[in-house]
Amino acid sequence: MKVLNELKYMESHEWVKVEGNNARMGISDYAQEHLGEVVFVELPEVGASVKAGDSIIVLESVKAASDVYAPVSGTVVEVNEALVDNPGLINESAYDNWIAVIEMSDASEVDNMLSASDYEKVCE
Amino acid sequence: MHRYIGNTDQDKAAMLKEIGVDNINSLFSAVPDSVHLDRKLNLPDALSELELVKSLKSLSKTNYSTDDYTCFLGAGAYDHYIPTVIGELLARQEFYTAYTPYQPEISQGTLQVIFEYQSMICELTGMHVANASMYDGATAMTEAAIMAADSTKRNEILVGKSVNPEDRKVLSTYAKFRNMTITEVGYKNGQLDVEDLQSKLNSNVAALIVQSPNFFGIIEDVEGVKDLVHNNKSLLIVSADPISLAVLKSPGELGADIAVGDGQSLGNPLNYGGPYLGFMAVTEKLMRKMPGRIVGQTTDHDGNRGFVLTLQTREQHIRREKATSNICSNQALNALTATIYLTLMGKEGLKEVAEQCIQKSHYACNELIKTGKFSEVFSAPFFKEFVLQSKQSVEELNKKLLADKIIGGYDVQKHYPELENGYLVAVTEKRTKNEIESFCERVVK
Amino acid sequence: MLKKQPLVFEISKQGRKAYSLPTCDVHVSDELIDKKYQRESSPDLPEVSELDAVRHFTQLSQRNHGVDSGFYPLGSCTMKYNPKINEVVSRFDGFAKVHPLQSEDTVQGALKVLYDMDKMLSEIVGMDQFSLQPAAGAHGELSGLMIMKAYHENRGDAKRNIIVVPDSAHGTNPASAAVAGFDIVEIKSNEKGLVDLVALKEAMSDEVAGFMLTNPNTLGLFDENILKVSEIVHEAGGLMYYDGANTNAIMGITRPGDMGFDVVHVNLHKTFSTPHGGGGPGSGPVGVKKHLADFLPVPVVEKNENEYKLNNDRPLSIGKVKSFYGNFGVVLRAYTYILSMGPDGLKEASQTAVLNANYIAAKLKDVYHLPLDHSPCMHECVFSGDWQKAENGVTTLDIAKRLLDFGYHPPTIYFPLIVAEAMMIEPTECESKETLDEFIGVLRQIADEAKNNPELVKTAPHTTIVSRLDEASAARKPIVKYMR
Repeated sequence: MKVLNELKYMESHEWVKVEGNNARMGISDYAQEHLGEVVFVELPEVGASVKAGDSIIVLESVKAASDVYAPVSGTVVEVNEALVDNPGLINESAYDNWIAVIEMSDASEVDNMLSASDYEKVCE
Repeated sequence: MHRYIGNTDQDKAAMLKEIGVDNINSLFSAVPDSVHLDRKLNLPDALSELELVKSLKSLSKTNYSTDDYTCFLGAGAYDHYIPTVIGELLARQEFYTAYTPYQPEISQGTLQVIFEYQSMICELTGMHVANASMYDGATAMTEAAIMAADSTKRNEILVGKSVNPEDRKVLSTYAKFRNMTITEVGYKNGQLDVEDLQSKLNSNVAALIVQSPNFFGIIEDVEGVKDLVHNNKSLLIVSADPISLAVLKSPGELGADIAVGDGQSLGNPLNYGGPYLGFMAVTEKLMRKMPGRIVGQTTDHDGNRGFVLTLQTREQHIRREKATSNICSNQALNALTATIYLTLMGKEGLKEVAEQCIQKSHYACNELIKTGKFSEVFSAPFFKEFVLQSKQSVEELNKKLLADKIIGGYDVQKHYPELENGYLVAVTEKRTKNEIESFCERVVK
Repeated sequence: MLKKQPLVFEISKQGRKAYSLPTCDVHVSDELIDKKYQRESSPDLPEVSELDAVRHFTQLSQRNHGVDSGFYPLGSCTMKYNPKINEVVSRFDGFAKVHPLQSEDTVQGALKVLYDMDKMLSEIVGMDQFSLQPAAGAHGELSGLMIMKAYHENRGDAKRNIIVVPDSAHGTNPASAAVAGFDIVEIKSNEKGLVDLVALKEAMSDEVAGFMLTNPNTLGLFDENILKVSEIVHEAGGLMYYDGANTNAIMGITRPGDMGFDVVHVNLHKTFSTPHGGGGPGSGPVGVKKHLADFLPVPVVEKNENEYKLNNDRPLSIGKVKSFYGNFGVVLRAYTYILSMGPDGLKEASQTAVLNANYIAAKLKDVYHLPLDHSPCMHECVFSGDWQKAENGVTTLDIAKRLLDFGYHPPTIYFPLIVAEAMMIEPTECESKETLDEFIGVLRQIADEAKNNPELVKTAPHTTIVSRLDEASAARKPIVKYMR
């Protein structure tokens, strides 16, 4: 199970990379391993406004569908179209394959997130 | 001991011993005494097979069947010809005593049949993907409306008044519980009133539902309303008669986002209203939002082609309250029936059924008008049913016809009070020139 | 059986035909319908000879396993014998060839069947009136939930928007509640797998419309506290809904109506022997106590002296949930079944179903983990494959696939969700002790293989016409129809 130190994490297994006023997000290596082979990614609409904690993405494997939650509030400005044709990228490398980018409406929400070491503890 | 029960008293005693209890009642120890039944259920005592067959045979004879009575009644259920092969194939236990193909390795029969069914429905409707069936045309139409509301995030549905009243009743029942508003669009000369439609389209409309041929038997000008609907960012739901799709433009060609309808006409008996066959087919965009089971093609470990239930994460057993629908058991055997029917009739046969319906219904319409007892109501083109205005009360007319072993047309005034003595007559390929002429003679009598 | 089975489209050839129609004896015109409405090309349906068609579907049927083929212990589905007399009766002309809109005087026999079924089902489960309209169990649930909502609203209580379900509930329960417009609250079962009375009490409020339960539950256990459960729910102003999927355990022994349930649905294709059809058609009649009868779907069938009538004049009815009157052909088969069994036969069926399930539990619990063993099970027992998984990584899925090699349809797997590696076995009352002993023997053998030869189990099935199928690519790049 890989955990990158430079990222922030949610207890619900999302990772976030802060880029200026944007938050780029994906799911952790722990999450992709437990999910199994991802067969479909339901991406949010670009332009959609989201609240922290909303379910904005659904990852489908053969036998399950998992909600992925917005770590921060704001507007979705970019989604990773590569996942439409190749959802398995998330399994290949969970940290290289981001899912969405949210323009934050309240940058202080990042303070609510876990550091890499705290997240590792959650996964034990 | 009953013949459907596997074990004798000796078997049961041996089993109880192995379980380690004295009698069967101990197995029910968790049932509170106060609710433990202390009397026999008040039901008729069991009948032997011989007595039962006799009794039910005579009960069945109190119903008037379409074998003894010539049927000109349609209005959502039709007396089409059912080829003899169908009954023989459906009697194969591997088809009808099996359940949902959850274990694909021993269900390739069911799975491949559903795949073939899906393919044929897509061919008829001109859509990208079909599901494995819904309960009937009414619920298929209703689930299409729900799908449209969810996908557009709007909650008003426009539905033509010319859509089957039974279907509209089911739609409004479901809508009531989901905060969906149903608005009816009127008809003009039997077809959807385009001006009325225009006035009712707004940013809250998720979809327009139009049926073609509609309840009056009339072919709707769907192409004429497609752009209006899509420009409003609403979905177009078309409910179609599958027999008519042999010759009429498919919902896909007409711009439908969702095609639905009832497949009873495809080899399924009248059965006093059910089981029938709801079909649904959608565009590629809507595939993952579609309710119902879907079979997909794949390969096994050795590269052999096989079929499996796919996109199951939409369904209730995985998504539970977030599922696209609550449907579990559907109408699989009726879908198998339709698949066999469409295979037997094939490309040419289905076309011929449709053409005979057209010729015979138009012949009947002309002859009925010639009797002087009926006048034309709508001038729009029709397929296998038509509405005429009767000069006598429909109830009286039908009573008369019954005495001559004819089941007459439907009294549309029941649902359309403005259509006084409106008489909806259906003429399928089963009807002959003689039968139509007898019908006309009896009308005049 | 062929390894490679062509699709019907692949055996099609232009010009072949399998149909026969009389020549059309009338001709009005070739221009009856404007060209703008017509298709340019006919739908590409198959063209095969009659023999090819018959062979094709016959071969497909041989790739299936039905109840008549062999033991089918699919838990929760009640795969009991489908009596052939039911099939014969359903094909009588006077039942099969009757149009639903014929006048009532011409369908008295059909109306009698519907009326009698209303009365008989009411007696079996302790309700006051039934509607035969819903086409499946989930449809019956939906109708029942709509009735509950209508009932509360009619009382002037419009804020009861929540349905409570236990975490062991069948997926259709919360799904149906969602379709009916409710919010769903799930409560955890207690360590015995039964309703946690404390959690239930906490979940009650004046926003709760009702509690959906099956009893025995999906673990095959009868909840001995059922009267307390009803009391708690009723005290809070809620209604009790009974999912009748497990009725096969209790016929003639106890009734949901007596346990405090207000609304019930039954599954004719489970308890009442109608065939499963490869996935339907089923029938899920919904029954209610008197205080909810006004809300039943229309029309209802009534009897005045010796005449049966359809009554649509029910202003409080929820409306219609299906066109016409329900899956009449299915209802008719269940009717024939009930008349074949009689009250003694139905009771014996339930008692024997429960006996058979307990026998299996007793003979397997030393080799498979039976997590909830504190009381007898009812008509089904739920094992966990977790011992096998822990030892050599053999999962319940592997065990199920290995059972295919022995000619069995596997039990239900991975349901209920609250048991890890669940395996739900429901033998029904129809099986003989020999069939059960043979099945037990095979499962014991598989347990042995899981211990000593795990690879054999993990790579099963070995003898079926296809081996394990790639479901991941089927979901990723769905191929959902034939393309030339």
